[in-house]
Amino acid sequence: MKFSVSDTPIDVQAAKSAVSDTHCGALVVFEGWIRDHNEGRQVERLEYEVYRPVAEKEGAKIIDEALTRFAVSHALCIHREGLLELGDCAVIVCVSAAHRDAAFEACRYIIDQAKSRLPIWKKEHYVAGVSEWVNCERCAAAGHSHGDHVHE
Amino acid sequence: MKVRVRYFALFREQAGCDSETVEWSGGTAAELFQAMAAKHPLLQTQAAALVAINDEMSGWETHLNEADEVLFFPPVAGG
Repeated sequence: MKFSVSDTPIDVQAAKSAVSDTHCGALVVFEGWIRDHNEGRQVERLEYEVYRPVAEKEGAKIIDEALTRFAVSHALCIHREGLLELGDCAVIVCVSAAHRDAAFEACRYIIDQAKSRLPIWKKEHYVAGVSEWVNCERCAAAGHSHGDHVHE
Repeated sequence: MKVRVRYFALFREQAGCDSETVEWSGGTAAELFQAMAAKHPLLQTQAAALVAINDEMSGWETHLNEADEVLFFPPVAGG
């Protein structure tokens, strides 16, 4: 499976092994981790909601696009769902290629597209006790600041 | 026409339900969202919101058909 959603911890070593190939001289791995702060607020834990039927279909398309656009051999992406704690791996992208340039570019393409196209949402639970949906990735790309809209 | 509407994440909280079947005069996905926003006052149009129809990503100007299932996705934030 090139793209998958997991409700259990991601096995990083297994993900890397899945793209291993003696034809490849480069492996690029991106891991997205749960950090303890966002927008100046202290984060305690984070919850991912995923709409799997569309996320899995679109995720597979993104991987196929990367394999077509860049000279890479293998690529995969795994995204977590459910409640995650600080330091947990929320997403991993692994790309192997004959040479490093294409592997870096494809890895960047996959994570950027995944963040902007897949029906995945995160709710941050703050140390202060409140929680909010985070949905600023594309808002920021669209060029407007937080002052223009409210995230509740 | 009758369509099925589903709300996710922030939209679900704003609409106060995760899905509903609505009798509607027809039109585009954007027009359906406006009609639902009029029905649920907290539901707000957001830049970068996405729409899917029958589990396929679609566009806001797509015309809906009888029995379509329309999925309203608030701005996504994976990773």
